[in-house]
Amino acid sequence: MSDFSEELKGPVTDDEVETSVLTGAGMHFPWLQTYVETVAIGGKRKKDFAQTTSACLSFVQEALLKHQWQQAAEYMYSYFQTLEDSDSYKRQAAPEIIWKLGSEILFYHPKSNVETFNTFADRMKNVGVMNYLKISLQHALYLLHHGMLKDAKRNLSEAETWRHGENTSSRGILINLIQAYKGLLQYYTWSKKKMELSKLDKDDYAYNAVAQDVFNHSWKTSANISALIKIPGVWDPFVKSYVEMLEFYGDRDGAQEVLTNYAYDEKFPSNPNAHIYLYNFLKRQKAPRSKMISVLKILYQIVPSHKLMLEFHTLLRKSEKEEHHKLGLEVLFGVLDFAGCTKNITAWKYLAKYLKKTLMGNHLAWVQDEWNSRKNWWPNFHFSYFWAKSDWKEDTALACEKAFVAGLLLGKGCRYFRYILKQDHQILGKKIKRMKRSVKKYSIVNPRFSY
Amino acid sequence: MDLEEAEEFKERCSQCAAVSWGLTDEGKYYCTSCHNVTERSQEVINTDLIPNTQIKALNRGLKKKNNSEKGWDWYVCEGFQNILCQQAEALKNLGIGPELKNDVLHNFWKRYLQKSKQAYCKNPVYTTGRKPTVLEDNLSHSDWASEPELLSDVSCPPFLESGAESQSDIHTRKPFPISKASQSETSVCSGSLDGVEYSQRKEKGIVKMTVPQTLAFCYLSLLWQREAITLSDLLRFVEEDHIPYINAFQHFPEQMKLYGRDRGIFGIESWPDYEDIYKKTIEVGTFLDLPRFPDITEDCYLHPNILCMKYLMEVNLPDEMHNLTCHVVKMTGMGEVDFLTFDPIAKMAKTVKYDVQAVAIIVVVLKLLFLLDDNLEWSLSNLAEKHNEKNKKDKPWFDFRKWYQIMKKAFDEKKQKWEEARAKYLWKSEKPLYYSFVDKPVAYKKREMVVNLQKQFSTLVDSTATAGKKSPSSFQFNWTEEDTDRTCFHGHSLQGVLKEKGQSLLTKNSLYWLSTQKFCRCYCTHVTTYEESNYSLSYQFILNLFSFLLRIKTSLLHEEVSLVEKKLFEKKYSVTKKKSRSKKARRH
Repeated sequence: MSDFSEELKGPVTDDEVETSVLTGAGMHFPWLQTYVETVAIGGKRKKDFAQTTSACLSFVQEALLKHQWQQAAEYMYSYFQTLEDSDSYKRQAAPEIIWKLGSEILFYHPKSNVETFNTFADRMKNVGVMNYLKISLQHALYLLHHGMLKDAKRNLSEAETWRHGENTSSRGILINLIQAYKGLLQYYTWSKKKMELSKLDKDDYAYNAVAQDVFNHSWKTSANISALIKIPGVWDPFVKSYVEMLEFYGDRDGAQEVLTNYAYDEKFPSNPNAHIYLYNFLKRQKAPRSKMISVLKILYQIVPSHKLMLEFHTLLRKSEKEEHHKLGLEVLFGVLDFAGCTKNITAWKYLAKYLKKTLMGNHLAWVQDEWNSRKNWWPNFHFSYFWAKSDWKEDTALACEKAFVAGLLLGKGCRYFRYILKQDHQILGKKIKRMKRSVKKYSIVNPRFSY
Repeated sequence: MDLEEAEEFKERCSQCAAVSWGLTDEGKYYCTSCHNVTERSQEVINTDLIPNTQIKALNRGLKKKNNSEKGWDWYVCEGFQNILCQQAEALKNLGIGPELKNDVLHNFWKRYLQKSKQAYCKNPVYTTGRKPTVLEDNLSHSDWASEPELLSDVSCPPFLESGAESQSDIHTRKPFPISKASQSETSVCSGSLDGVEYSQRKEKGIVKMTVPQTLAFCYLSLLWQREAITLSDLLRFVEEDHIPYINAFQHFPEQMKLYGRDRGIFGIESWPDYEDIYKKTIEVGTFLDLPRFPDITEDCYLHPNILCMKYLMEVNLPDEMHNLTCHVVKMTGMGEVDFLTFDPIAKMAKTVKYDVQAVAIIVVVLKLLFLLDDNLEWSLSNLAEKHNEKNKKDKPWFDFRKWYQIMKKAFDEKKQKWEEARAKYLWKSEKPLYYSFVDKPVAYKKREMVVNLQKQFSTLVDSTATAGKKSPSSFQFNWTEEDTDRTCFHGHSLQGVLKEKGQSLLTKNSLYWLSTQKFCRCYCTHVTTYEESNYSLSYQFILNLFSFLLRIKTSLLHEEVSLVEKKLFEKKYSVTKKKSRSKKARRH
């Protein structure tokens, strides 16, 4: 009995449920936070004010996470006091937190409306002047969401002309964003006017007036947007509308320059859309094939499953260069590697045709190059018995194309091929027979080793 | 100009020594013979604001309207006096007799002012280094005469007479004369006249007044009166806003402006901490040189027997356990008057943490009965459950498991609510505190902004959810027989865990483990550290439950349990005969 109390030392259990909240900034470790805080103040006990307000913040976040808007509003009511925190660091951080959480609550709360939101936004803009532009922009987006374009525009204009001593110069990218959004709104009006114009007859007496209007708008907008899209970033909607307007007025060189810059400038983050816009533009301009191929080549590296890859394949097939032909095969295989494309009949059709063509052209090595890395998983991924059955049921044409590919790659003994072959289909009968012959002739697999 | 009203002012004029005063339009006294205007003004405060006229009497002559912006001239100690006044009033509303405020607290405070040389003495601290005023002696005596109710108080507790100084030695006078020049200097940094000086003052041997100290004064007075409020109750009432503490300054008279250094003195951003206030209580008691407090006898609320009963009811344990707690109290000698009574002049001044101790006794009894090793309590529960199923008509045996389940649920709910309420607590006062006049508009603007935002969000809150604050109660849990969801265990019997042997009852459990194996040998106050994971889950739960009730740290309760055990088992050998229950303690 001597060390009885030792025995009593129960297992370590921690049934305290940590109410950690994932914030937008990433992972959040509440225990770490408290630890860090005690270290920072030299182990001194935190004031209850600081403790309760940070607890309050967690309660607001938890309520938001659970979509309990009412509770969130209740805690928010108390959280406002951090604006009066004697800790200047916390006091300065408070307006932004309050704005983010508060606007979220007001966005969803059943008792909230546009008016409440406007009052809140206007108040918050003036609490911490540092956030004026950010809040103005988000406020405008809220109004846009509610279809209040005019108010949004007025809001942006106000923000644009806002001045506040030293802060004016440090407005940074925000002011460009605000101007660009303003430009986007102008683009929207322009676009509507353009639609009107297209409906009008050229001889219509109103035509000239509207056309003039359209022209004026364009000028203002381009000034607003062009500043922003020179700054590295992802500006898809802005670029798109800007280019549309440039094109409309025949400034093709300008448009191409914008798009090329957007796609190729190394300071910009990698953005597939940039290449897609450029490609579409070149296509519209009927640019030489080699130019388009080089654009899509980059897209192929970023998004090998993009639907444009089939167009890319066509371009490559039509090319005179042999290396393009090889790449064409690669692209098709690449597309079908993705689960989302498994039922893409065009891709299968292209692959079936192109495989046959390649094999007929004595390029067995190309096929084997592609196949080697896939032979472990494609059979189960595409050519299982299950897929054969369901493909046949859903789309016989697709099943046929796939069966052909399966036959070529796996030999005539493969399950998929055999299953389709067994199906007695009157219309497809001929096609299947032809397929059988081709498989026999060109399959890369020695029939003896098929399974 | 009203000469009649000026008649009560009987000091000599500092210019011509005449006693002939008139009142100016601003309410100041001026000498009718030489037209010298004094600093003093007629007493103008509204008696509704500071109901305690005795305490208020101290303020006489201090209020002087500078201008509406600057407010009155006032001293830091007056601020504390006002807070004490508010607190005393709140205690009265809680049902404490008016004597507490009028006699006990008032006298403690006077004694404090005297001991800290702020008033009622020959050389108040405020005049040191400044030119002494003329006619010092006359002045003090005339003041003395004008305030007979102050010290010749008949209901004055005996300690004043028995104190070191006899009445005649105590000199009261206009407490803090201060020159006008120094006002304008200090007013830059604080609203009170001596805020800056006060926050810098560090004098050895003098207990400096702080806001938490006001609670020490309150508790001392409660203790003196042997009122039915424990320290943990008092602090809980503070937390529940029944007693002014946080932002107590916002109820100061309108003309007492606070800013600058006053912010550090009166602005409070934490709830009082049990151990801190406990320590301060002893500190103040010793500093005031108070005589032995009235005896804590068996009929006092603070006596462990009564407190144990209260806490047993609170946590839904069987009434029968009270016999056992009484037994432990008796064996440990913790119910003795000398042990329980606070005696500040004793060599080692200490008072008992009555509430913590009572709870610790209950924990010890629970350990005696159920061992709390995560094993025995459950097997005893199985027995009780079986017995209860078989004998439905009899008085049920106490089933620890069932009790645990019900208490766990109730405790978790309570704690959750408590945490939510704390998170929602509004700390900031309607009167914002600011550093200087420059900050003032900013502070007020911030406040206005917060109020506006709150107003806006209050429309989004369900109005039914925000009910008014609950009325104060010394009980936090309620257990009644009628409530079917929550079984009340008060009437359950302990038969299942006790067995008869001869005439006495023995606990079925014959083992015991000590919460602490070794006591710290050094003179530090801590007995042991409480490492939660080293103890059984049942023990942890019970400590958590009780320390939540008292709003104290679990380690403090664990420490108290260890102290009770130390007393209990030290006596073991000397009282073996009486102690029929075998408690086998293993010690190293």
